[in-house]
Amino acid sequence: MSDIPERLDTDPLVSIRGLRFSRGGRPIFDGVDLDIPRGKVTAIMGPSGTGKTTLLRLIGGQLEPEAGSVHVDGQEVARLSRGALYALRKRMGMLFQSGALLTDLTVFDNVAFPLREHTDLPEPMIRDLVLMKLQAVGLRGARELMPSELSGGMARRIALARAIALDPMMIMYDEPFTGQDPISMGALVELIRLLNDALGLTSIIVSHDVKETAAISDYIYVISQGKVVGQGTPEALGQTDSAWVRQFMQGLPDGPVPFHYPAPDYAEDLLNHDA
Amino acid sequence: MLEFIRQLGRGGISQFAKLGRANLFMLKVLAGFPGLLRRPGLLVAQLWSVGVLSLMIIVVSGLFVGMVLGLQGYNTLVDFGAEESLGVAVALSIVRELGPVVTALLFAGRAGSALAAEIGLMKATEQLSGMEMMAVDPIHRVIAPRFLAGFISMPLLAAIFSAVGIYGGYFVGVALLGVDDGAYWSQMQAKVDLFDDILNGVIKSLVFGWVVTWIAVFEGYDAIPTSEGVSRATTRTVVYAAFAVLGLDFVLTALMFGD
Repeated sequence: MSDIPERLDTDPLVSIRGLRFSRGGRPIFDGVDLDIPRGKVTAIMGPSGTGKTTLLRLIGGQLEPEAGSVHVDGQEVARLSRGALYALRKRMGMLFQSGALLTDLTVFDNVAFPLREHTDLPEPMIRDLVLMKLQAVGLRGARELMPSELSGGMARRIALARAIALDPMMIMYDEPFTGQDPISMGALVELIRLLNDALGLTSIIVSHDVKETAAISDYIYVISQGKVVGQGTPEALGQTDSAWVRQFMQGLPDGPVPFHYPAPDYAEDLLNHDA
Repeated sequence: MLEFIRQLGRGGISQFAKLGRANLFMLKVLAGFPGLLRRPGLLVAQLWSVGVLSLMIIVVSGLFVGMVLGLQGYNTLVDFGAEESLGVAVALSIVRELGPVVTALLFAGRAGSALAAEIGLMKATEQLSGMEMMAVDPIHRVIAPRFLAGFISMPLLAAIFSAVGIYGGYFVGVALLGVDDGAYWSQMQAKVDLFDDILNGVIKSLVFGWVVTWIAVFEGYDAIPTSEGVSRATTRTVVYAAFAVLGLDFVLTALMFGD
């Protein structure tokens, strides 16, 4: 893609070129190019089933592209050795849609998990760090609870505290707003922006919640049918020429993506009793 | 007809592919063992949930199996006036066959299904994926301690099953039916061989422990990450483990006692 704005071209943290990936014979990505600039909140949006989560897994090295490249901080993810990939992942945080908290550990132990696995810090220091991370997401008081005792929104905030435990350079959010009540949603929206700016992170949000995502994103890519169909700042995308992007951003029921699944003529169909 | 052959081929290839995945998976699990030496706590926790929590079903089953053997053995032997050989009959049946086999079947039902369901659910709820993204290898952190715990627990449980079973036979034969106390034990002592009988039983239980736990952790790890996928994996664990145990038991028995 040649029309990536210049301001994004300057040393992006994640750079994807000519990405092709298919699953079960169905192409998911067919020539995707995009850049994730450092220090910004970048959103990747698109209808359900467009492979947004797959894109995060490609960035995290859990899947390998069939063609094209994914560079993170200058390293091509698919070519890294196992050790180098794990070293890179320590600098990435990922927030799964379900939270992915370890169900047999308390909230405290969940947040301490990456610290205990990857550092030799003494226990009092781990305690301080965990409490600081929990304080940042407002759940210091919930440290003794088990994941089964948390609401969906709380689980995601705990998972967020765990994702920032090792002070990563970037965080990937997989559908962070799905199924949240307005208060949890507001808290998450606020937290994502706040943590990004306060900790100097780079954030990637994958979502189809247009309003919330547009409110905190610096730049948005819209993906559909394996390609980037629109990109720009939230304001620019709001005034796009593309009818498809407009339909998606404004949530219109009918447009280039028709309301009706392809079918024969309605009147004929009703009168045709032999069929 | 052609479609049938095609389906047969497709099924065969997918089974071979699965077998290949299971073997590669096993190699990765083995590679995780050195890490367990540095963190024995992970193994101890699993020994508790895989081994200790299976104790009750093993002890109770062992007791009843021994009691039934005592009763059946007595009824058969008493016709020939050979009821004093009851101790040998009970001990050999249990140590050579029933101990390892029944323990393995119960172990597959109790611990194997629990392992498959737990690991499958961890996969379905993205916990394994989450670990990978935190640069923690789930095979080393989650699977290896569970596998080793199963492999260690199974022979110990089989030994406990055998010991309790022999006491079950003793209770029915000696305490209830009046077989001579000394004859029960002394004939057993004279006829049960440490290497031919007990060691072979231990070897069987080691093999069953390996195979049952392998099937359980692999089925869990390979499960389709949905609730239906996890329930299927759990069922498959018990079914495959039962087939494997009974099939291998025949092979091992033929090798050990065939001549």
